[in-house]
Amino acid sequence: MKPSHSRKYARDTAAAYLYLAPALAILIVFHFFPAFYALYLSLFDTNLFGRWNWVGLGNYTELLHDQDFLRSLANTGKYVLGTVPVGIALALAIAGLLNQPIRGLASYRTAFFLPYVTPVVAISIVWTWIYKEDSAGMLNAILSWFKVSPQAWLLDPKWAMFALCLMSIWRHLGYNVVIFLAGLQNIPAEYYEAAEIDGASGWAMFSKITWPLLSPTTYFITIISIIGSFQVFTQVYVLWPSALGGPLGTTRVVVKYLYDMAWGSYQFGYASAIGYMLFAIIFVLTLIQRNMAGRYVHYQ
Amino acid sequence: MSRTRKTAHMTLVYILLTVGALMMLMPFYYMLSTSVKAPEELYVNRLVWFPSKIVWGNYADAWNEEPYFPRYFFNSAFIATVTTALQLLTSALAAYAFSNIDFWGKETVFMILLGTMMIPSQVTLVPNYAIIARLGWIDTYKALIVPFTASVFGIFMMRQFFQTIPMEMWDAAQIDGCSRFRYLWAVMVPLARPIFVTSGLFTFIGGWNSFLWPLIVTNSDHLRTIQVGLSRFNQEFGTRPDLLMAASTLAIAPLVALFFVAQNQFIQGIARTGLKS
Repeated sequence: MKPSHSRKYARDTAAAYLYLAPALAILIVFHFFPAFYALYLSLFDTNLFGRWNWVGLGNYTELLHDQDFLRSLANTGKYVLGTVPVGIALALAIAGLLNQPIRGLASYRTAFFLPYVTPVVAISIVWTWIYKEDSAGMLNAILSWFKVSPQAWLLDPKWAMFALCLMSIWRHLGYNVVIFLAGLQNIPAEYYEAAEIDGASGWAMFSKITWPLLSPTTYFITIISIIGSFQVFTQVYVLWPSALGGPLGTTRVVVKYLYDMAWGSYQFGYASAIGYMLFAIIFVLTLIQRNMAGRYVHYQ
Repeated sequence: MSRTRKTAHMTLVYILLTVGALMMLMPFYYMLSTSVKAPEELYVNRLVWFPSKIVWGNYADAWNEEPYFPRYFFNSAFIATVTTALQLLTSALAAYAFSNIDFWGKETVFMILLGTMMIPSQVTLVPNYAIIARLGWIDTYKALIVPFTASVFGIFMMRQFFQTIPMEMWDAAQIDGCSRFRYLWAVMVPLARPIFVTSGLFTFIGGWNSFLWPLIVTNSDHLRTIQVGLSRFNQEFGTRPDLLMAASTLAIAPLVALFFVAQNQFIQGIARTGLKS
């Protein structure tokens, strides 16, 4: 490189970092550094102020034997299984309906999307009353038309997780519908026209054209939904304000447990270890999915 | 498909969509109708679907029961606005460097930034709280704003757009004696307006809706955001559905209004980039 060139390069580098400085400063202090600091904290028994006892991997070994933690993991797993597959299937079905030559597409889309723009706290308060255990609750009122007796959706350990999942599916549906609809609109109409000429059935068109060509979209939504579901917190906090996370702890999810450990009992090292476990689980799941994607996802 | 079969098919599509849409809107109807119900139609052992009279006073009551409500709204609007403005600024500056300048360490820095996107915010919750406490920022606006004034996703989105602006424009601007900053401000930013709107919209909503972070870093009344304030109101007035629904309506209304104003930016932002608020 000629000296004038390298001088320009040095000048450009200086300029570039000047432009990067504000963003980098914030990201380093509040994103990059904390990721390592969390690991450091997880090796201590600490309340962040007076108490700082080195415990090494003690928090992690304790977690593996902590029944409450394992339960919160299982609850989170149930929540993921209860929301992701149903949420995706419903969204795909609705996107398929919206993808027909219908009038009033914008209005229908708005109706499905509206729940997604609501703040979780406000809408959880609304659902608290929808789930009310007597006949004044909206869900019970609707079910009474079908002669179903009132259920204590939030108070009955049998129903609490169902109630949590139903509300979350309702709130997230519109987001997935919008993405699926965009994916469906990307599939060239000629494929369907050709298939129709060949006399293909509706199911054949779905399984041979729509599903494979939509697989990148489905893959994206699956990953995003799973990661999002593992991080659920606010709904649980608002729907069950008094309990430790639902009746008999049936809806105490991992992040709620992390919150209780940190800001309920000031075990910040332990809470950091929970955070890292969560990170590890999400990371491994993403890797597995990426692996599977190679086999099942078809990019056009 | 024959004509009659087609008609039958489309009729079924409309029926399914209409039933689905009504089900989606039911909770909103419940919220609105309950927010204007009179006590005698609330505390009965059945659901009154159609209130016989509209009691607007419930809104005034909710507003008066919690003297800090105006403050909560102001706090959320203030925090969301400042965060959005600063985040757009830092993102534009950083995206400019990544898209328009060749510099030492460019690829490495960019990869590291993308890598940090994989870390869930719950992992950094405790350390960030510790950092904020160490800085003495607990219970200040700074704690609610500063950590969110830069976003990897924001930088990434803007970089993608900036890259589509041909470098020849910069060459031409340079000949005219235009500085880097003026070029960014006067040429690139106006061109990237749609990205600014979409990115800003989602940042604003994220700020307005955020809950866990404001919950842990604030404890005085006058610093609470609307979400934290609402959650506390819920715990205090847990037996007053009329007041709770009125308050919830007030907290949801600004976002629904925003959605109707900027519907296309919303939908396209999600469809194209998978943005989440």
